[in-house]
Amino acid sequence: MKKRTVILALALMLVAAASLAAQTYYIPLISKGFQHQFWQAVKEGALKAAKDFNVNITFEGPESEAMVDKQIDMLAAALAKKPNALGFAALDSKAAIPYLQQAKAASIPVIAFDSGVDSDIPLTTCATDNVAAAAYAADKMAELIGGAGEVAVIVHDQTSRTGIDRRDGFVNRIKSKYPKITIVSVQYGAGDHLKSTDLAKAIIQAHPNLKGFFGANEGSAIGVLNGVKEMGKIGKIVVIGYDSGAQQIAAIRSGEMAGAITQNPVGIGYKTVEYAVKALKGEKFPKFIDTGFYWYDKTNIDDPKIKAVLYQ
Amino acid sequence: MADKSNGTPAIASIAKITAGTKGAAARQKILAFSSLVLLIIAFSLLSPNFFQPYNLIAIMLATAVNGVLAIGVTFVIITGGIDLSVGTMMTFTAVMAAQTVAVWNLPVILGVLMALFVGTICGLASGVMIAKFKLPPFIATLGMSMLTKGLSLIIAKSKPIYFTNAPSFAKISMGSLFPFMKDFQIPNAVIILFGLAILASFVLNSTIFGRYTFAIGSNEEAVRLSGINTDRWKIAVYAVNGLICGIAGILIASRLNSAQPALGQGYELDAIAAAVIGGTSLSGGEGTILGTIIGAFIMSTLTNGLRILSVPQEWQIVTTGIIIIFAVYVDMLRKRR
Repeated sequence: MKKRTVILALALMLVAAASLAAQTYYIPLISKGFQHQFWQAVKEGALKAAKDFNVNITFEGPESEAMVDKQIDMLAAALAKKPNALGFAALDSKAAIPYLQQAKAASIPVIAFDSGVDSDIPLTTCATDNVAAAAYAADKMAELIGGAGEVAVIVHDQTSRTGIDRRDGFVNRIKSKYPKITIVSVQYGAGDHLKSTDLAKAIIQAHPNLKGFFGANEGSAIGVLNGVKEMGKIGKIVVIGYDSGAQQIAAIRSGEMAGAITQNPVGIGYKTVEYAVKALKGEKFPKFIDTGFYWYDKTNIDDPKIKAVLYQ
Repeated sequence: MADKSNGTPAIASIAKITAGTKGAAARQKILAFSSLVLLIIAFSLLSPNFFQPYNLIAIMLATAVNGVLAIGVTFVIITGGIDLSVGTMMTFTAVMAAQTVAVWNLPVILGVLMALFVGTICGLASGVMIAKFKLPPFIATLGMSMLTKGLSLIIAKSKPIYFTNAPSFAKISMGSLFPFMKDFQIPNAVIILFGLAILASFVLNSTIFGRYTFAIGSNEEAVRLSGINTDRWKIAVYAVNGLICGIAGILIASRLNSAQPALGQGYELDAIAAAVIGGTSLSGGEGTILGTIIGAFIMSTLTNGLRILSVPQEWQIVTTGIIIIFAVYVDMLRKRR
């Protein structure tokens, strides 16, 4: 008997939750995670857009980015709800293809977000233009080292889309626009703090005249920072990072790091919902939507607009 | 089937040890089953999207892997042990199957056999550590969990392996033996789950292996004193669990059409939870396969239903936690009586 009352109470709770859903467009977003601050910021942006465009959204993602099958189950449940459109950031595009084909067959427009989906089914992808963002970091680097000298780069890997785009964005901009700057080394540290630290130290050892150092993601940036610190080169080498995180934010506040590029997760969430609504209205749009990025340093780190996109 | 060398007195004394638990387990099964039915009715009333062929298949598919793992771990828990490595062991077998089929370009059937073989070997190793070297099951299988996780990452080079050269591999899970049922094509993964459940149920209830599994969990010392080599049977139980992990590995690799080496950690807890919700006692000597399957279905139905109702994800987790605690509490109340 007791068990029945509890189930009844649970059922009532569910009715309450379900009745909140009004009769408007329903757009589920299946993300790559939900606990991490980055995904919470994406969710926040999506919720804001839901309010602005008067649609209902749900935001779900697996507990870890390894749980490909759990994400597929979420996708299956989302499709069972007969949504009007779908936002999706695939953990593994190939595993999701059968479900995306189902969505296509049911004429449910799919909008990819963040790293996107490796398929032609999504109408567009709302993500950071990493090439443009890294090129901007190159401009900042040139400005801060006075347009000449040696710089080095540590990237997380040479296989992921973000790794390739950020490396090429930075390197190509330096090569094409700043002939007096030479890139002496590009190394890969798997985004691991310790490994990147060792790499950075070795590079500094080999190139005593190094003037600037770019770390292409959070782990790489912290590695670069640690390396510069341990070699006693703070103030002599300009450090530029990417993404955020408690350590990076603290280093920028103290001036040990000159500044960093941050993606705009709020914008990613907002644009995903915005373009899903546009798709439902039959509007045409390009295959890639740049969700923007910000440069942040000591001067603007407390700006509410920047604060909203940084995570600890 | 009877092991002649041990003689009938041993069998009789074991029957005595395991007697009296059957009725209690049956009651828990009925309780678990009615909870599942209640859940299905509640969700069906709350959303028109829940009780639809498409969604019911989604629920069954979501149950398949956890259900298979839970069957294996049920055997281990009945002996009074625990296996924390089933999730990563599954991943390891999936990676080995992928290595065989996609990297070495061998036929699909060899990939399947490789997964089953590797699973059995890992389970056997855990069993030897526990039975012969007397390591606590918790520690031995925790070690095995890390070991298999690391090996998966090494062999797959930390990247998924895709079965691009063997399109038939995906059919193992996602094809259907009954393609004539147009709107309700039950995927093979689900059929394999039910087939394994029936087989495991038979083994547990009607073979000497099953009888010793219960007996070891109820009173290992008494079984040993009646002249039975309990170590050997315990090792066998862990090896069978490993073999079943191999089946789960094939199912998940086939469903995702790839072996994902980073996946697997945390899945052992879902499997243990399913067994416990279904009435398997963590102190050993008690449990049924039917109960475990119902437990696995309660978990996946709950998760799916809460998603269908658009309950925020954080609350989905809270609700699942409450249900697990409640199920175990009811089980304890029942035993106290």
